[in-house]
Amino acid sequence: MNTTFKKIRIIPRLDVKGSNVIKGVHLECLKIVGNPQDMATRYYNEGADEIICMDIVASLYGRKNLLNIISEAAKNIFIPLTAGGGIKSIKDIKNILRAGADKVAINTYAVKNPDFIPKAAKAFGSQCIVGSIEAKLIEPGKWEAFTDNGREKTGLDVIKWAQRLEKLGAGELLITSVDKEGTTKGYDLELMNKITQAVKIPIIACGGAGSPKDFYNTATLGIDAIAASHVFHYQKHNVKEIKKYLKNKKINVRT
Amino acid sequence: MSAPKIIIIDYGFGNLFSLTNAFRFLGIEPIVTSSISNIKTADALVLPGVGAFDDGMMGLKKKNLVKPILDFADSEKNLLGICLGMQFLFDYSEEFGKHEGLSLISGAVKRIPDPKQNKNYKIPNIGWSELNKSKHLKSWKNTVLSSSKEGVEMYFVHSYVALPENKKNILASINYGSNIITAVVQKNNITGLQFHPEKSGPEGLKILKQWVIQIST
Repeated sequence: MNTTFKKIRIIPRLDVKGSNVIKGVHLECLKIVGNPQDMATRYYNEGADEIICMDIVASLYGRKNLLNIISEAAKNIFIPLTAGGGIKSIKDIKNILRAGADKVAINTYAVKNPDFIPKAAKAFGSQCIVGSIEAKLIEPGKWEAFTDNGREKTGLDVIKWAQRLEKLGAGELLITSVDKEGTTKGYDLELMNKITQAVKIPIIACGGAGSPKDFYNTATLGIDAIAASHVFHYQKHNVKEIKKYLKNKKINVRT
Repeated sequence: MSAPKIIIIDYGFGNLFSLTNAFRFLGIEPIVTSSISNIKTADALVLPGVGAFDDGMMGLKKKNLVKPILDFADSEKNLLGICLGMQFLFDYSEEFGKHEGLSLISGAVKRIPDPKQNKNYKIPNIGWSELNKSKHLKSWKNTVLSSSKEGVEMYFVHSYVALPENKKNILASINYGSNIITAVVQKNNITGLQFHPEKSGPEGLKILKQWVIQIST
């Protein structure tokens, strides 16, 4: 086994709306694909290294159904679970962790109140705080951070915002390419490469996986973790297959 | 025989849901409490924890839990420290200044040295690593690892590493870049796991189960 590289984590991502897991293209045109508990359990059994669960309408409507979803999803899985969507306070984080999550992903509220990140990191440890960034290409080699599923501009440069989040105390970054999301055309390799060079904390690449090769191309960047939803939700490939493919190509993964 | 009474110490730090859930999966309903009188009656104690060393120790002190834990450890009943809870077992930690621990196992807790050789290995270490048997040990027989195979993968989240003075206290370690990191320690009735068995899939549950078997026999 190749031990010069750390084991890359493969992370199925569940975007939930109400009580359903949904999937769209560019974070829009949403379709129902299943229920969170069943899907989380299936991915756990397939050998997923972690699960991400995001309430994608929470910050639009301020809904709080994430807690129920998490406590259901967490029952049968014994791997780390990251939850996000609509987090606005230390109390929100406490409740989500109590429901069974290990980490929280924060996007909109961090953009509006960057000071919240150090507060949250102090209260729960950096390892618990995942900075979530939705990135859109605005000109060659330049990405802007968006919130609310790629709808709201922030004016923030993605690379600079990533570095700022690292300084503020985020323990990991979840980078979702809105341009690639749901397209199954592969990850935004240029973006992921730039982010990996720019910060020292672990990076989770997200958006665009369609084939095992897309995972491989991203893994070779020296990224820490790869999240995907479409390929797994539509059962084009399961987690086990992806890991087997990567292992055959000398990428270090958990078996 | 009846299920052992396992108490998970609640001092405000750590993901108690996951740990409780894992024991439930093994058919045991653990008690989550900070009650001192309750701790005395336990068959075994679990000391969980995530976050910074000093904050965690302050949490234990505020709830007057230090002495009850030390007394419990003296009683020769089983004590399991997980992640930060394992680091508490040592003399001191250098996280955010020097802070005293429980001194149940001699040694210090220090920051993981910069894994220079490869920038892919970052600090914190977040992710899965393979357990290697300590070279001071013939086998994992009669330990929490007795049902695990060498190379088994566990989930770690930490920036600090425990350095036991007596290397014989180390059951398993991991290779992290150029560093060798203590993963499992044991001294008589006291066991420590740097990783999260409750988050390490079926193999992690196996280790917890083995610990439960040890308590029951």
